[in-house]
Amino acid sequence: MTGLVTPELEALVGTAWPPVVHEVDRTGIRMWARAVGIDDPIFHDEAAAREAGYERLPAPPGFMGVPRRMPGDDEPGPPIRGLHPDLTRSLNGGTEYEYRSAVMAGDELVASTTISDVKERSGSVGPMLLITRETTYRRGDDIVAILRATVINY
Amino acid sequence: MADAQVYVEDVEPGEEIPEIVERCTPRQLVMWAAASGDFYEIHYDVEYARSIGLPGLVVHGALKNAFLGHLLYRWVAPAGRIVRYGCSYRGLDYPGNDLRCRGKVTGISARDGEDLVDLDIWIEDPSGEVTTPGTATVSLPSRRGARR
Repeated sequence: MTGLVTPELEALVGTAWPPVVHEVDRTGIRMWARAVGIDDPIFHDEAAAREAGYERLPAPPGFMGVPRRMPGDDEPGPPIRGLHPDLTRSLNGGTEYEYRSAVMAGDELVASTTISDVKERSGSVGPMLLITRETTYRRGDDIVAILRATVINY
Repeated sequence: MADAQVYVEDVEPGEEIPEIVERCTPRQLVMWAAASGDFYEIHYDVEYARSIGLPGLVVHGALKNAFLGHLLYRWVAPAGRIVRYGCSYRGLDYPGNDLRCRGKVTGISARDGEDLVDLDIWIEDPSGEVTTPGTATVSLPSRRGARR
């Protein structure tokens, strides 16, 4: 192999980033639903959501709210690009969500991210670095969802 | 959704779920950038995309994941729920192309009082190439009423 996984990158595995609050609000839910093309009224109209048995607008699959950031804050979570000086481009490698309970408007989810894997592969775009991170979203002490996401640097 | 509820008794391994077809416009990619917070230039700045060797704008991987989430939601709603779903981005997809979002039942089981259905899910491009393979597990209600 090409030795892309340097000791510094290896050492990232298991590293936890400071938790970030994700605000799940009605506008964010509607924007997400509209962008995906989800026209089911329960994601847009609170009366329709209540009629379907939800107290508040439910979040569409994959929407975990918007990270709360102040001016000057770094991007939340671990860096996803520029992890190796020779690899300037990046692509999304994969996304997996595991749900323990429903996400709803009004939730403030605390997202904790750890880099769970760093490996290299050779693909159609040449040598690639695959960095996988795991984010756990909690409401209070309860785990609501877990996201596993892989980014490719190439 | 307008379709009637699917119950676990209604499904069999090998069965395909109703597909959806998505054709992204550059406008939709910008809407997605705003909704998701992913402002990587390859999704809206065609000059930038070409400058790094791409043929043009590229559909966000996470948007394709959201299409697959929608595909599953439509199938299980209103009483079912998505337990997990995920996909890999093996091939790039481009705005203007019809992206077929599909799923097929691979297994049925019961766990902790829930009736679970495993599926292969995927997106294929107009040439039929699977650009975005994945798997999912959903929980469906039972006609026996012993659910959730």
